[in-house]
Amino acid sequence: MSALSITYAVMFYVAGAILIAGLFVKIKQYAQTPAPLKIPTTPAPVTQTGVVLRMAREVVLFASLFKSNKWIWVFGWMFHLALLLAFFRHLRYGMSPDNILWPLVSLDLVQAAGKYGAYAMLIGLGGLFLRRIVVDRVRYISAPSDYLMLLLLLGIAGSGTMMTFVAHTDIVQLKAYMQGLLVLDIRELPADPFLLIHLALVALLMLIFPISKLLHAPGVFFSPTRNQVDNPREKRHLAPWAAAMEADRQD
Amino acid sequence: MADFEVPELRKTPVIPKLEEGTMKGDGPFVSRAPFQEALGYPDELVDNWEEKALEKLDDLRGRYRSLQVYLDSCVKCGACTDKCHYYIGTHDPKNMPVARQDLLRKVYRRYKTFAGKYFPKLVGAVDLTKEVLDDWYNYYHQCSQCRRCSVYCPYGIDTAEISMAAREIMDSIGVGQKYCNEIIMKAGTIGNNLGLPEPALADTLEGLEEEVEEDIEVPVKFPLDQKGADILLVTPSADFFAEPHVDGLIGYAKVFHEAGVSWTLSSYASEAANFGMFIGSYENMQRLALRIRKAAKDLGVKRIVFGECGHAWRVAYSFLNTLAGPWDFLDPNYPVPQHICEFTYDLMQEGKLKFDPSENDHMTLTFHDSCNVARASRMGDKPGGQFEIPRAIIKAACNNYVDMPADTIKEGTFCCGGGGGILTDDLMEVRVKGAQPRMEAYTQVVKENGVTNIAAICAICKSQFTKVLPYYGHGMTDIVSVHQLVSEAIILSDAPKDDDDDNDED
Repeated sequence: MSALSITYAVMFYVAGAILIAGLFVKIKQYAQTPAPLKIPTTPAPVTQTGVVLRMAREVVLFASLFKSNKWIWVFGWMFHLALLLAFFRHLRYGMSPDNILWPLVSLDLVQAAGKYGAYAMLIGLGGLFLRRIVVDRVRYISAPSDYLMLLLLLGIAGSGTMMTFVAHTDIVQLKAYMQGLLVLDIRELPADPFLLIHLALVALLMLIFPISKLLHAPGVFFSPTRNQVDNPREKRHLAPWAAAMEADRQD
Repeated sequence: MADFEVPELRKTPVIPKLEEGTMKGDGPFVSRAPFQEALGYPDELVDNWEEKALEKLDDLRGRYRSLQVYLDSCVKCGACTDKCHYYIGTHDPKNMPVARQDLLRKVYRRYKTFAGKYFPKLVGAVDLTKEVLDDWYNYYHQCSQCRRCSVYCPYGIDTAEISMAAREIMDSIGVGQKYCNEIIMKAGTIGNNLGLPEPALADTLEGLEEEVEEDIEVPVKFPLDQKGADILLVTPSADFFAEPHVDGLIGYAKVFHEAGVSWTLSSYASEAANFGMFIGSYENMQRLALRIRKAAKDLGVKRIVFGECGHAWRVAYSFLNTLAGPWDFLDPNYPVPQHICEFTYDLMQEGKLKFDPSENDHMTLTFHDSCNVARASRMGDKPGGQFEIPRAIIKAACNNYVDMPADTIKEGTFCCGGGGGILTDDLMEVRVKGAQPRMEAYTQVVKENGVTNIAAICAICKSQFTKVLPYYGHGMTDIVSVHQLVSEAIILSDAPKDDDDDNDED
């Protein structure tokens, strides 16, 4: 077993553990912190079903962003859609053909969408990066990490695109390596430069996910302005700490 | 007229370029000992304020999910950067919603996150210094908590939540705003923001009764502290004095009169406004809200109706049940509380009100959606009722009505520039500049559609417009109350026959 294979295995185990533990801690924090007041931005749905639909419009279509700014919407939505397509394409590399999802994952459509989605991802990320430099308002609010985050994603997308279209790696061997990782069996990793760059950057992304603005992914589901039902008069809403204050109320 | 430059109205709304530091300053007058103490805050900046401020930040992060999620979730996409009326009017980048949030977020990151603790420069985290605190005080008092940014944020991040938290943190270390805190003290001790005691209020209402009866020869009553009345009216105290607010109050009284219901004001809870919200203090907001509960119980009323006031309606509609409920001692057949517009609209639906809209023919109206009504509450039982119901009332009472451009009304409405604790003379520059986007939209319908007046259902909007309209070349009396229009047009069944009414109009 090469030192390279072991290094990457350790890297993925550490990054994976931090990603899962970090997200667990943050999601637990969001879920357990009460929202003491009803603050949906109105007009808001008056039923729970309505809230699910509102959230779906936000998460799937980026509805508020669409109202707000068409350029950010185009680039942002393109990038996220490509990310989803790439995710489905990548499932193949960790999944054995007897998995029940295999017929779906191995569809030509899914594979082709993931493949050519790479261009959409690069265009989306490039557009967001350009905006960050060119628009004075966005430049003003950007910290170094905001540029680096986009560069990191561009690095991942770029190295992946290179492997798809220019310098293929030994995909059979890579798949064996990845499936091995899942059962704690470290096998041989193909030592191709684009693959090594790609995987290292992905591990880095996993590491910083729970300590960065990437927390917007779980955060949006916990946003009270978007996930609350507009029914304050019909149903009394009371946080535990507010109920405790009420215990010694005179009336 | 002003010692600052009044912004020019833009022909087409281009997004202004940044001009750093245009609104840098000392902020509004700082609160003093008696007000601070009455609200449970230290008199002046405490010695270990950095430590105390961070403790308060932890406390609030633990109590408000909104704050915690919003501090973490912003991706700096820039969608909100051109949405704030204060940014549009001042060009100061710290008035962009995300930059305003960042004043607090940078400190949060520095002390409470891994990245900010170990790589502050990388993520733009900063130490909590006196300079940062000064920026907080200055720029968190250039936010009217109108929530326009939150409509356009892909995660619904609400700058109002951040600015409320920041004000609560500042209050807790002894840096309060005089305007808000003095008012909260008055409302919490005397019962209203003006500090108007019961005898003065009784006197005022008596005067109003005489005036109205003289005018229309109908004995329209303005009852105070009348036990056993069906309805408790809670209205902003500006309605008792200020123009055009008081004309709205006369309108409510005429509607109650025509409906034949018994109603009363309370001297103990003679204020609908609740500035506790502006300073982000649940405790102070609740203290004021509980006065309404006590008044309702003491007077034995069956229903509570709120007068025209924007943030008051947010506290009433969205928070009152939480803060001062349950309302199981009131009549379950009516929502608690109701808005006066809901009350009037319901009567219109039942065919119980008659209007002569030609009484308002000398005006062409437009309607200013007040931010807290538009984006933080509802009227009626359908989403968006807060837009439809006031418009339906205006259209019933007036023949000439035109909406302002679509992106400046309803959920996209521009704040008047004076909400959220900004309606004070020491912030006049902020108020005038912040009114620019609304004034542009109003000016457009004045020029293109011959609009003569703008109606609103918010005491703060009305006072703010009275002050800022002249800066933009309009008359201070262009602003009217919605129930002022009702008051003019309503036909009271017991009114004496008015012989010069129909003949000389057409």
